[in-house]
Order: sequence, then C-alpha cells, then structure tokens
Amino acid sequence: MTGTTLTPDIAIDVHHITRVEGHGNIVVDVEKGELKRCELQIVEAPRFFEAMLRGRPYGQASHLTSRICGICAVGHATTSLRATETALGVELSEQTILLRKLNFYGEILDSHILHVYMLVAPDFLGVGSVIPLATSAPDVVLRALRMKKLSGDICAVIAGRHTHPIAMTVGGFTHFPTMEKLEQLRERLEAVRADVDETVALFQTLQIPDFERETEHIALHKPDEYAFIDGVIKSTDSGEWPLDRYLEVTNEYMVPHSTAKRARNQREAYAVGAMARVNVNYDLLHPKAKEAAVALGLKPVCHNPYMISVAQVVEIVHAIEDSIVLTDALLKRGVEWEEPAPPARLSGEGVGSCEVPRGILFHHYKIEDGLIVGANGVIPTTQNLQNAEEDMRALVPTILDRSQEEITLALEMLVRAYDPCISCSTHLLDVRFE
Amino acid sequence: MTQQKPKIAFFDFASCEGCQLTVIDSLQTNLELLNAVEIVNFREAMSEKGQDYQIAFIEGSCSRKSDEARLQAIREQADIVVALGACAHLGGVNAVRNRQPLEDVRTYVYGNKADWYETYPARPISQVITVDATIPGCPIDRDEFIASVKMLLQGRIPKLPETPLCVECKLLENQCVYTMGKVCLGPIVRAGCKAICPSFGDGCEGCRGLVSEPNMESLKQVMAEHGMADQDISHKLDLFLTYQMMNLENEEPK
Repeated sequence: MTGTTLTPDIAIDVHHITRVEGHGNIVVDVEKGELKRCELQIVEAPRFFEAMLRGRPYGQASHLTSRICGICAVGHATTSLRATETALGVELSEQTILLRKLNFYGEILDSHILHVYMLVAPDFLGVGSVIPLATSAPDVVLRALRMKKLSGDICAVIAGRHTHPIAMTVGGFTHFPTMEKLEQLRERLEAVRADVDETVALFQTLQIPDFERETEHIALHKPDEYAFIDGVIKSTDSGEWPLDRYLEVTNEYMVPHSTAKRARNQREAYAVGAMARVNVNYDLLHPKAKEAAVALGLKPVCHNPYMISVAQVVEIVHAIEDSIVLTDALLKRGVEWEEPAPPARLSGEGVGSCEVPRGILFHHYKIEDGLIVGANGVIPTTQNLQNAEEDMRALVPTILDRSQEEITLALEMLVRAYDPCISCSTHLLDVRFE
Repeated sequence: MTQQKPKIAFFDFASCEGCQLTVIDSLQTNLELLNAVEIVNFREAMSEKGQDYQIAFIEGSCSRKSDEARLQAIREQADIVVALGACAHLGGVNAVRNRQPLEDVRTYVYGNKADWYETYPARPISQVITVDATIPGCPIDRDEFIASVKMLLQGRIPKLPETPLCVECKLLENQCVYTMGKVCLGPIVRAGCKAICPSFGDGCEGCRGLVSEPNMESLKQVMAEHGMADQDISHKLDLFLTYQMMNLENEEPK
C-alpha cells in the first residue's frame, strides 16, 4: 500500500515557498505518525535597517524605511513619520491627516488585491499562478488588474507612487493633488464598486478549508473609527496598551531557523493582520463591509487562519467605501498648499504604529539634535510567524490521512493565507539605545 | 511560422521586492507583453518553476557569501543577465551599513545571536557575476522596464542615458528644488526617471546612480552654498550611492 497508512512517515521540505513576499521554507517531519519537526524557516538575507538608521537625519528616516518593503512602502513610511512626529512633537493639520489616510487605503487595497487575486486565488482555482488564469478566466484577471491599478493610482496622485512614496514628509507633504485629480479618483472609486461586489461574489464560491486553532488576536484600536493609523494596542483575549508600551506586547525572541524574530504576548503566540483587525474592530467596519462579512460567513471572533483572505476581502469593501468618504471630504474642503508642520523640538523619543496590510507595525526612534541615535522596528510578519508555525503544528496531525502532495499544499496555503512579508521581517533588533 | 517565445525568469536577493512588484504593475497596462515571452520563474508571483531560461532579471544586492553560488548558477544558465533596480545595480540602501563596522552592525540588530545569521558587506551583483544590462532606480521606472524588455526581445542591449537628471527636470519645466530651500543630487545623477522626485517636491536622492563623469566637487560646492554642512552633504550622498561613493573614496567596507 502506498500513499496513506495509519502511521505514515512524512518528510516535507518546501524550499522557497512561492507566491509570498520573500524567502521562506516549510519543513515538516513525521515519523510513524508522530510530528517530530514542524518549522516555518525564514532564510531571507538579513538587511539591518535599524543599524542603517543610526546617525541619520530624522528627515531621511521615512524614505529609508519605506525600502524595507515594496508592498508596505506607504505603511512603513507612514509609521516612520508617526514615530518621528511623536518624538519631536509635530502637530498635523486636518488636511495632512485626510491625505495620509486616503494614501494609506491605496496601499491596503493594492496589497489585499494582489494577495487575494494573484497569490491566494490560484490555489482555489487549481493553477500555479495568475498567468494561466489570463486565458482561462480573463474577466477575473482583468478585474484584479483594474482594481489594482486604481489602488496604485490613489498613491500616485497623493505621494507620487506606491513603491516608494515621495511626497510624504515629516509634518505633511511636499506635493498636493489637484481637485481635478481627486475628482477623477472619486469617479473611479464609485465605478469600482461593481468590481468589489464581484470580488465578494467570487469569494462566496471558494471552499475555504475548515480548520480552527484558538489564539490571541492583536490590532490597533480607536473608539470612533476602524483604526489604520495611530490608536491603542488591543487584544481579543483582554487588555489595551498605549503605543509606548508596545514592547510589553511584542516580547520578541529569536530561533536559529529564522532570520526573522518571533513574538508572543499572553499565549505561546498571537496573530495580527486583517483577521485580527476584523476580530478586534468589527463594530467599526463600514456597514457595507459588515454586509460583505455576513455574506462571506466571517463572524468575529474567527479563529480559522484560512479565513484571513476573506477578512482581506471585507477590508477591501471597507477601504473603497471609506476612500469615497475621504475623497468627498477633501473635495468639499479643498486642498491647499501647506508647509509641513514644524517640529517643536529636535530631540525626543517616540513610537509610531499603523495597521499595515499584514498587521500592526511599530517604529520606535530616539532622536538627538535632529539625528536618529536609536531605532527599533517590529513588523507584522515577525508577530505572525510563531502563530503560523503553531497552526502548522495543530494542522498536520489532522490531515495525515492525505497524500504528501495534499499535505504540502494545505501547509503552503496556510502560510500564504498569512500573507507573510519576509523582506520586512528580517531585520529586527534588541532595543538598545545608545 | 512559429517561433519559440523567449523564456524569462525573475530572481531576488537582499531587497524589498518592490522592483518585481513594479514589474507586476507595469503589466497592468502592457498585458500583451505576456504573449511575447514565457515567464518560467517568478517566485513572488507564481509556483511554476523552470530552470530553462534565456533572460534573467535579478533584483537585490548580494549580501552574503552563500548567495554567490546562486548568482553564478543563474549566470551560467542565462544568455542575458539584467540587474533590476538600485539594490542589484548599485548595492542600493543595503550598502548604507557598509560604512559601519560589520560586527557592530550585526550585534546591534541580532545581539548575542549575531553568529546565527550569515552576512558580509552588501554589494551590487556586478561584483559577483557579469551583468549585461541594467534597469536602474528605486524602484525601477515602469516605462523604462517595458522599453528595456522590448529592446532585449529585439536582441539589443538597452543603454542607460548619459545625461544628468537636471536636463530631464528642466525639460519638464519643474521649479528647481534648490530655489525651494531643498537639496537635490540632480546634477550628478543619471536621468531617465522623468525626474519624479523633484516633480513631487523632493530633491533627487540618487537612486539611479552617478553619471559617468560626475562633477562631485562642483555639486558639493553648490550644496555648501545652500547652507548644507559637510555632514549633511555626506548623508545625502550616502543613501543610494554609498557603494559608489566608497569606491570613489577608495574606502574599503569595514
């Protein structure tokens, strides 16, 4: 008998998982039906961003740190700016806050659309990538490209481009969109609603694997809006923490099989990202996004990691609807040329935090006389790694009756669901301010 | 007449993968290009992996000894190797740390576990293998990528513009950012990006690399005239250009 036995030996070694950002391996060893080894290895070359920031003028930090990640470039830049602005006491104008939020949605949309359509959907449609879909399901591909182009264009109108944003600076912007450009965006956002509906409909047809493992979910929280920029840290277990106490939540540690660090809070691991945000902040979603959540069977608190992609679809609905609200607000009040708000001081320490596409991100800087003297970053994928590995550990024993190929696919899909951003995660440090 | 489509592959080393994302973005408006080539390897976007390709696009710097073998294997297979973006072309921001002692950088980030993670000074891929063509920038420019691919498909090697960015910026009738009290590397940096940073109110940071004969002293003088201290000037030059600047200064990585 081949394939399945009651006490199988299984050795899985997925070298360089595909359709994820960066280099990771999955290694699983099962001997006589017993799980001996289960690792999500991160083998990306370390990049040492915190060391690069040392001695740099604060004004360069957001441009340098956006280069941590091509997908979350706006997220890193915004978080970096919030850390610097907190450290130096910079008060932002209403216009800056509105423009930053709209720009941020551009990236959330771009990343989520890339992930759900190009990285995740091929698994459910039985192909190896989006490219065969261009001939077998051109409507789906063209829709994804249309939505993705709009997302990138939001960032292009406000900050010059998505990867890497140019016009965002400490205290504000160096360039401002014209009313004409904002009106064009408004029209396209309105028109894209049909594509968003189709996206929800598509995900209603996909068979999401049924697997649950209870865990802690952590996200930014604000009382009056679904938080993406600023807020407090909130857990689905219990507790809220102000941003400057983030280290009490992240508790980073290292393992030899990963150039990315790991994090744990109140359990052996915790999850961040779209699912964590929906779980923590469900009530604050736009009504249309809640409708989509109901239609897609996503109910907080959800503990199925394969549903992360569904949570991303719900956030796509939210981001489009809230972008329309923001664009209307900007069109109503107008956009004026503004000098960036000045720093109140040139020395200080501050933590910035945003919900970037893959979850909560922290930047922490210490600045002296305008130069950065200490820097720390804690990245979403770092915070998710241990949780993903715990999921693998829980999942493998339940699917040992499947073929090795099927087990491998289930594990790859699990890791892909987390949308790991490995470039981001491989440069972390012990906080040590000199 | 049927002709086999050229097979192309994408690979990445130490980078943010933003250039590969820009490749995906560039296809949004150039889908027909997919009819002209066969992509056989693009880990970030597809699971299919082929080892038979003619053109290899490589993103990222080489930042550890063990990556050299992977680069050499790509070089042996490919007829044409293209450096994709500033990290592959120049070392990019990865080389910023080359100014600091390597051991210090390692322990600052990984503490007493530094030995677990292999690294060495970051370098352009041309320091490890022969590179046939370059698409510069951080990230690459979409239109330049498409134009370069078309040239490669016609059997030609794309050439980089020799003019400095100032020429392109002036043709766009941008207000010079020096007149807004900002500093710009436009006079010494290669054109070709449509002067996107000055167009969005920020000075050029040099991501496309130096022109062949940069007048460095004159630029430093201009910067000093605009009130920049020596340290500020070196911070400006040591972002994307660190590797090139260290070469000009004959300084070895620490």
